[in-house]
Amino acid sequence: MKLYDRRGVDVAAGGGEPPPVEAVVPSPNFATRRKLLLGLAALPGASLWSSAWAESLADVPARSAGNLLAAHSERSEYVHLDRVLGAAPGKKGVEALDAFNSKTPQEKLVGIITPTDLHYERSHSGVPEIDPAKHRLLIHGMVKKPMVLTVADLMALPSVSRIHFIECTGNGWANWKKADDTLTVQGTHGLVSCNEWTGVPLKLLIDMAGVDRRSLWMLAEGGDGAGVDRSVPLTDEILEDAFIAYGQNGEPIRPAHGYPLRLIMPGFEGNLHIKWLRRLKFGDRPWMTRWETDRYTQLRPDGKATQFQLRMDTNSVITAPSGMMNIRPGYNRITGIAWSGHGKIAKVEVSTDDGRIWRTAQLNLPVLYKAQTRFQLDWHWDGKPTGIVSRATDEKGNVQPDRKSFIAQVGTNALFHYHAQQTWSIDSDGNVRNALS
Amino acid sequence: MVMLGCAQAAVAQTDYGVGRPATPEEIKLWNIDVRPDGTGLPEGKGTVAHGKTVYATYCLACHGPNGQGGIRDRLAGGQGSLATDKPVKTIGSFWPYATTLFDYIHRAMPYTAPGYLSIDDTYAVEAYLLNLNGIVPDDATLDRASLLRIEMPNRNGFVPESEFVHIGNSR
Repeated sequence: MKLYDRRGVDVAAGGGEPPPVEAVVPSPNFATRRKLLLGLAALPGASLWSSAWAESLADVPARSAGNLLAAHSERSEYVHLDRVLGAAPGKKGVEALDAFNSKTPQEKLVGIITPTDLHYERSHSGVPEIDPAKHRLLIHGMVKKPMVLTVADLMALPSVSRIHFIECTGNGWANWKKADDTLTVQGTHGLVSCNEWTGVPLKLLIDMAGVDRRSLWMLAEGGDGAGVDRSVPLTDEILEDAFIAYGQNGEPIRPAHGYPLRLIMPGFEGNLHIKWLRRLKFGDRPWMTRWETDRYTQLRPDGKATQFQLRMDTNSVITAPSGMMNIRPGYNRITGIAWSGHGKIAKVEVSTDDGRIWRTAQLNLPVLYKAQTRFQLDWHWDGKPTGIVSRATDEKGNVQPDRKSFIAQVGTNALFHYHAQQTWSIDSDGNVRNALS
Repeated sequence: MVMLGCAQAAVAQTDYGVGRPATPEEIKLWNIDVRPDGTGLPEGKGTVAHGKTVYATYCLACHGPNGQGGIRDRLAGGQGSLATDKPVKTIGSFWPYATTLFDYIHRAMPYTAPGYLSIDDTYAVEAYLLNLNGIVPDDATLDRASLLRIEMPNRNGFVPESEFVHIGNSR
C-alpha cells in the first residue's frame, strides 16, 4: 500500500516538489459559467435548479492541496448549523438575556444522533462553569453509608453507554392554541435531541450507599444557581434505566448539558435529567419542589393540574419537507424522527392527504429503546394543495393522537407534554407551512 | 468455576474502593430541602413589614411592585383564573405548599445571588408574598410553626399521574 501526504505525493517514494500553482486554478470557463448560472437562478422558476450549478463536470473546481491538519475539526464553511434561542410560546427573535431554551435545527440534521453542540438546551439559571476537581456528588438520606464521590471516583466505576432521546416537556408548545405559519420544525419541535450518554448505573450507587429498601423516592439536585431539584420515583423501570452520566457522544458532557455530571432518566421529562448533578437524597415520599408543583405540571380544562406526568409521550414529526421549505411536484422523500418514553418505536405512518389515507414509513436502523428513530417514505406530489402528517406507534401500542382528539382530551392550557400529530400544509406553489390539522 | 461465577453474580459488588464517607457536618451544609411535612424547615421568623423591605431590595427589580408587572414571573393575583383561557399561575393562585415557597426562595433567590437571604429574611419575604396574595394579614409574623399551619388556596389543585401514586419496586 502506498502512503501519500496531503499533496498527494507518494511519501514512501521520498516525496517531491509540490504540484505547480497553476494546477489549483479552476478551468478557464468556470467564472463565466458561474455568472451565467447565478443570473439564471434569479429568473422565475429557475430557483429549483440553482443547486445544480455545474452544467458540466468541467465546471467542478480542480482538486488541490488542502488545508493543514489540525487538532480539532471544524464544520465546512459551507455548512451553517445553529440552534435558535427561545422563550415562551410565540416569542420570536429572543435575545440571550431573555432566552431560557435553545432549539435544535431538526430540518438540517440526518440520522438519529444530534451533534453535541446542537443538542437542545434548557437551563433554568444559566450555565455554571464547574471545575470538575472541585465538584462533588453527595449521596445521603435513607442510606446506610452517606457518601461523597468525586468525578474521578465515578469514572473509575463500571459504566454503561446508551443512546437516548431527551425531550423538554415544552417541546411542541407553540401549537397549543394556534399555529404560527412562519415556524420551522426547529421552532415547533426543536426541544428534543438524541445522544449517546456514558456513566454509572444508578442502581450501582444505590447498592454502594446501602439505600434503605423503604426508600421509594430520590431527590436529585443540580449545582446550578437555581439548585434545580426533582423527586424521582424509584420504580423498577427507573432503577434499571437511570444512570449518572459524565460522557456525551464520547467526550465529557458539555457545560450546557450538565458538565461534569448529569442524571440520565431515559424516556422521562428533560427536566428530570438533572444537570450539574451534585446531590442524591433518598426518602420515602416526594419533596414537592417548585419544579414539580408550580412549573412542570399541566393545567387541565377544569383548572386542576396533572402532577408527576413524568413520562414523555409517543411522538413524531416530519423534518423534511417541513415549515418554510419549498417543494416541487414529482418525487419528494418524506423523512422525520419518532420517539417514545414508553420504549422502542414500532411503526410510523405518514399521510400525504391531511390524515385520510396512511402509509407505513420505512424505519431506518437502528431502532433503539427510548431513542430517536429515523423514518422515511417515497412520495410523488401531484402539485395540489395538501397536508402531510406523521403518527408514531410504540412497542407498547401507544399511538400518537391527532390534534383534535388530543385537545378534546387535555384542553389547551397544559403548556407542557404536547405530542399531537404535526401537520405541514403545502400550497399549490409548494410552500410548506406549520398548520393545525 | 461455574459455581463460583454464579455465587459472585448473586451478591452485588458494593466495595469499589472509591468515594469517602460523608460527615454529618458537611451534609448539613447542603441538606437544604424542605418537605411539606416540615422536614428541613429551619427555625426562624420574619414579619410582613420586614419582608416588604427585603422584597424592595432583592426582588422588586425582576418581579415588579406588589409581585406584578415585572420582567420575570408574576407572584401575586390570578386567583380564579386557572380554568379560563388565560390562566395566571402565581403563588396565590397556583402554588400548593407554603414549604415549597420557603425552599425555593432560600435555594434559588435572588437570581443573581442564590442562597444570600438569611433564614429570617426568607421567612419575612415569604410572609410579604403570602400577604400580597391575601393569605396572611398585614401584621403577620411567619415562623416555622405558623408556616406549617398555612393551607395554600390551591392546595387541592393537583392530581398526580396514576402511575406514580403508589411506588413499589422489587429491591
